[in-house]
Amino acid sequence: MIDHILSILIFFPALAAMLGFIIHKDSIRAYGVAVATIEFALSLWLWFAFDSNASGMQFMEQLPLVPAFGINYILGVDGISLFIIILASFFTMIGIASLTDTKNEKNMIVTLLFLQMTMAGVFSALDAIVFYVFWELSLVPMLYIIGAWGGPLRIYASVKFFLYTFAGSLVMLVGMLFMAYLYYQATGAWSFSILEWYRLILPESFQLWLFVAFFIGFAIKVPMFPFHTWLPYAHGQAPTIGSVILAAILLKMGTYAFIRFSLPMFPDASVFFMFPIAVLAIIMVIYTAMVAYAQEDIKQVVAYSSVSHMGIIILGTFALNVEGISGSIFLMIGHGLVSGALFLLVGVIYDRRHTKMMSEFGGLAHVMPRYATIFGLMLMASVGLPLTVNFVGEFLSLLGFYKQSHILTLLAGTAIIVGAIYMLAAYKKMFFGTVTNEKNANLKDVNRRELLALIPLSIITIWLGIYPKPVLDPINNSVESIVQLMHDKSTTSEAKSRIPNLVKNVETAKTSEQGAH
Amino acid sequence: MIEPVNVSLESLNLMTLSPMLIPIIGALLILVIDIIKGGLDKTLYVVISLLFLLIDFSVLIDSAGIFSQDGIMMGVFNVMLIDGLAILSQFIIVVASMLFIPLALTHKRFHEFSYPEFFALFLFMISGFQFMVATDNLILVFVGLETSSLALYTLVAMHNRDKSFEAAVKYFTMGALAAGFYSFGAMVFYALTGSVEINQIAAVLAANKYVDIGYVLVGVVFMLASFGFKLSLVPFHTWAPDVYEGASASMAGFMSIVPKIAAFVVAMRLFEFLIHSGVIWLEVVLYAFVVITMTAANIWALVQTDVKRMLAYSSVSHAGFVMAAILIGTTQSNSALFLYWVLFSFTNLGSFSMLWISRQKHLPEHQRTDHTYDKFAGMVQTSPVAASIMGLFMLSLAGVPPFALFWGKLYMISSAVTGGYTVLALIMALNSAIAGYYYLKLIVYMFMKEPVMGNDGHVYVSNATIALKSIIGFAAIGTIFAFIALNPLLELITAFVYNSGY
Repeated sequence: MIDHILSILIFFPALAAMLGFIIHKDSIRAYGVAVATIEFALSLWLWFAFDSNASGMQFMEQLPLVPAFGINYILGVDGISLFIIILASFFTMIGIASLTDTKNEKNMIVTLLFLQMTMAGVFSALDAIVFYVFWELSLVPMLYIIGAWGGPLRIYASVKFFLYTFAGSLVMLVGMLFMAYLYYQATGAWSFSILEWYRLILPESFQLWLFVAFFIGFAIKVPMFPFHTWLPYAHGQAPTIGSVILAAILLKMGTYAFIRFSLPMFPDASVFFMFPIAVLAIIMVIYTAMVAYAQEDIKQVVAYSSVSHMGIIILGTFALNVEGISGSIFLMIGHGLVSGALFLLVGVIYDRRHTKMMSEFGGLAHVMPRYATIFGLMLMASVGLPLTVNFVGEFLSLLGFYKQSHILTLLAGTAIIVGAIYMLAAYKKMFFGTVTNEKNANLKDVNRRELLALIPLSIITIWLGIYPKPVLDPINNSVESIVQLMHDKSTTSEAKSRIPNLVKNVETAKTSEQGAH
Repeated sequence: MIEPVNVSLESLNLMTLSPMLIPIIGALLILVIDIIKGGLDKTLYVVISLLFLLIDFSVLIDSAGIFSQDGIMMGVFNVMLIDGLAILSQFIIVVASMLFIPLALTHKRFHEFSYPEFFALFLFMISGFQFMVATDNLILVFVGLETSSLALYTLVAMHNRDKSFEAAVKYFTMGALAAGFYSFGAMVFYALTGSVEINQIAAVLAANKYVDIGYVLVGVVFMLASFGFKLSLVPFHTWAPDVYEGASASMAGFMSIVPKIAAFVVAMRLFEFLIHSGVIWLEVVLYAFVVITMTAANIWALVQTDVKRMLAYSSVSHAGFVMAAILIGTTQSNSALFLYWVLFSFTNLGSFSMLWISRQKHLPEHQRTDHTYDKFAGMVQTSPVAASIMGLFMLSLAGVPPFALFWGKLYMISSAVTGGYTVLALIMALNSAIAGYYYLKLIVYMFMKEPVMGNDGHVYVSNATIALKSIIGFAAIGTIFAFIALNPLLELITAFVYNSGY
C-alpha cells in the first residue's frame, strides 16, 4: 500500500467526493471531516515513511497513459513537494472542520474534496501532462467556490480568476509541447517525463524562449507583479474557505513549479532572467506592501500582504543557491500556514459582524481577548518575527539572495519593515483603544470549532519557528541535488559562476579539514 | 467499329462499393415499407436506420482489416479509393450518425420524424458522404457532395418552423453557390491536366513543374471558396449560425460534425499536395483563413445571447482550429485532425443533445429564442445532474483537461509545434483561452445564478426519453474517460493515416 501512497492520496478524496453525493446533507460535515482526516493521516504516514536522507524522488509510480505520445502517469515525491502535500491535506482538513454554516454545504464539501485531489496531484506529478491536467483541473473547483459562495462581485472575480490562469497555462502548454519536441529531436522518442527532461541540455537561445513560456504560466499563478490583478478580486469576493485554500496552497503551485520546472530545466535562462525577475519580485514586495497600507478592508490587507510575501519567495527561489531555494520552500510552508490562518481569523470576525471594514472595529482586544491573542501571534508571524515560522524562511531567502546582490536584498529587507508598519497599524485600528462601536460590545470570543483550526496552526507556527530542522533537512537534501544539477547542466560561464558547485565545496571542505590535521 | 467492352467483375472490386450501398438499400427499404403500409410509427424507421448503420459499420471494420493487410484498394474503374483516410472518416460518419438517429425518439412529437422520407433521406445523405471521402475523383466527390447536401437541405427544412425554412433556403442558396464554385474549380484543374483524379492532377502538375501556376491558382481559389462554404471558414461562414439556429438542435449537432469531416478529407486530399509542392500563395491564404476563422468566430461567439448560436460560432471556430492540420500537412497533424474530430464529435453531439432535450414547443413570454442563456440560469438547483453534464461538455469544449477535447487540442498544438508553426501554435492556444470565456459563461449561468421565476427545472429534461438519456450518458462517459481509449485510438489513426501516404 505504501508503494501506491501517492495515488491513494490523489484518488481517495476524489472517490470519497463522488460517494459524498449519497450522504444525507445533515451528516455531510462529519463525512467531510472524516475523509479529510484520513487523507491527512495518510499524508503524515507518507512523511513517516519518507527517507529524509535521500535527495531523489521517492514512492515513484509509473503507468503508461498514452505511450504512443510519451505521456505516462508518473508520480513521485521529494523533500520539496512532501511538505506542501502535507500542508494541502492539513488545510483541507481544518478548512472543512472549521467551515461555518453555508448554504449548499454538501456541494461545498464535495467541491473541497475534489480540490484536494487536484492539489495532491499537482504536487506529486512528475509528468508534465499529468501535472498540467491537475493544474488546470484545480481551477474548476475554485471557480465554483468563488462563483457560488462569494460576495457581490463573485461572478466577475471567479471568471477573471479562471480566464487569467487559463490563458497563462495555455502558453505554458505550448512551452511543454515544444520541450517534448526538443526531447524528441534529441532522443527520437516522445516523453513528457520531468526527470527525463532534466537530462536534456538545451542551448541558451531555446532556454530563454521556453523559460518565458513557462514563466507566463507560473507568474500568473503566483501571482507576480504585473499579473497580480486577479488576486485581490478573488480574495475579496471568495468565501473564507476559498481564500484560505487559495492563499495557503493554490498560490504555492506557481512557486513550486518554478523550482520543479524552470530552474532545473533552464539553468542558463534562470541566471539570465535572475535580475529582471528579482526586480519584479521587489516591486511586488514593496508596491503591494504600500497598497496594503492603504486598504480599509482587513481582508484586502491580508490579501496584499500575502502577495507581498510571495515576492520574497520568488526572490529566494531566484537566488539559485541552496540557502535561497531551501528558504523559499520553507517560506512557502510558513506563508501557507500564516496567511491561511489570517484568512481564517478574518473569517471569524466576518461571521460575527458581516463586515470586513477596519473602521467598524476598534478595541476588540477587550471584547475578544483570545481572538486578539491568536490574531496578534499570526500577525507577528506574518511580519517575520524571530521564533516564528516565517522568520526562518524569510531570513534564508534573503540570505541566499544577498550572495547574488546586496542592494536588491536590502531593498527587499525594507519591505519587511513596511510590512510591520501596515500590519501593526491594522492591528491597532482593530484591537486597541476603547470599544467605540456599540455593535462590537457583545461579540462572542472564538468558539470551539474555530479554535479547532486555530490552535494547531498556532502551535505549528511557533514550533517550526523554534525548531525547523525536521522540515528543513529533507528540503535541504533535495535542493542540494537540484542546485548541483543546475550547475552541471549550465552552459554559460555566467551561470556556472552564479550557481554554486556543491561537489567542489565538499571537496574543499574536506581538504581544509585535512589541512587542519 | 467500337470493341465490345469487356470487363471482368473481379477487376471491378465491388467490395469497395459495399459500405455506400448498404445505407442506400436501407433507404430504399424504408421507402418500400412506406408504400406497402403507411402511417407506421417513427420507432420502426429509427431502428431500421440504426440496423443498416450497424451493418455499414461492420462492413467498414471488414474493409479496415483488409486495408491494414493489403494497403490501399482501388475499385470500379479506379474511381473508388479505399485508403486509411476514407476508412477513418467513414467510421466517424457512421458512428456519429448512429449516435444521431436515436435522437429522433423524443418525448414530444416533432413534425419531421413522422415522415419515413426523413429517415430515407438521412440514409441517402450518409451514403453521399461516404462516396465523397472514398474517392479521389473530383466528379464522384461532386456527386457525393450534391447527394448529401440536397438531402441535408430538405432535412433542415422538415423541422417545420419559420426559422427552419429560412435556414434551409439560406443553406440551399449558399450550398448551390459553393457547388458552382466547386465545379468551376474542378473544370480548371481538368483543363490544365486532362484528368479529374487528384493523384493524376498532382502527377501532371509536378511533371510540368507548375508552369501554369496562374491557372492553378484560379482553380485553387474556386476550390477554397467552395470548401470555405462547406467548412464554414470565415468569411464564408455567414450561413452557419442562422442555419444552426433554424435547424433542430440535434440536426445542428449533426451538421457541425459529419458534413465537415467529409469536406475535411476532400480538402486534405486536394490541398496537401499543393502545399507540399510549394504553392506558397495557398499556404499564406490557408494560414490567414485558419487564424481569422478561429479568432473572429471566437469573438462573435462571445457576444451571443443564445446558447445554440454560441455553439454554432464555436463550431466555426473549431473548424478553423482543425483546418490548421491541413495547413501543417504532416502525418502527425493529419492524425491530429482525425483524433480531434473523433473527440469533438462526442463532446459536441453531447452538448447539442442537451439542448435538444430541453427543446420547448411553445416559448414563454420572456424568452425570445429557444435556448437563451437565461433559460439555463440556476439550473444546478433544479436539475443538478443535467447541469453537471452540460458543464462537463462545456469544460471539454473549452479544452480543460482531462476531458476529451483537451487531448485533441494537445495533439493538434503539438503537431503545429513539430511542424515548425510555433506562432500558429501560440495563436491556437490563446484562442482556446478566448473560447474559455463563452463556455464559462454558460457554466456561470447554470451554477452561479438564481433561476428565472417559474422555472421548476422540468424544462431542461422535458424532451428526455431513455434513448436520449442513454445517448447523452454515452457521450458524457466518452468525454470523461477519453484518456483511457486515447492510446489505441491514436495508434490506429496514425497507422491508417501514415499507410495512406499522408
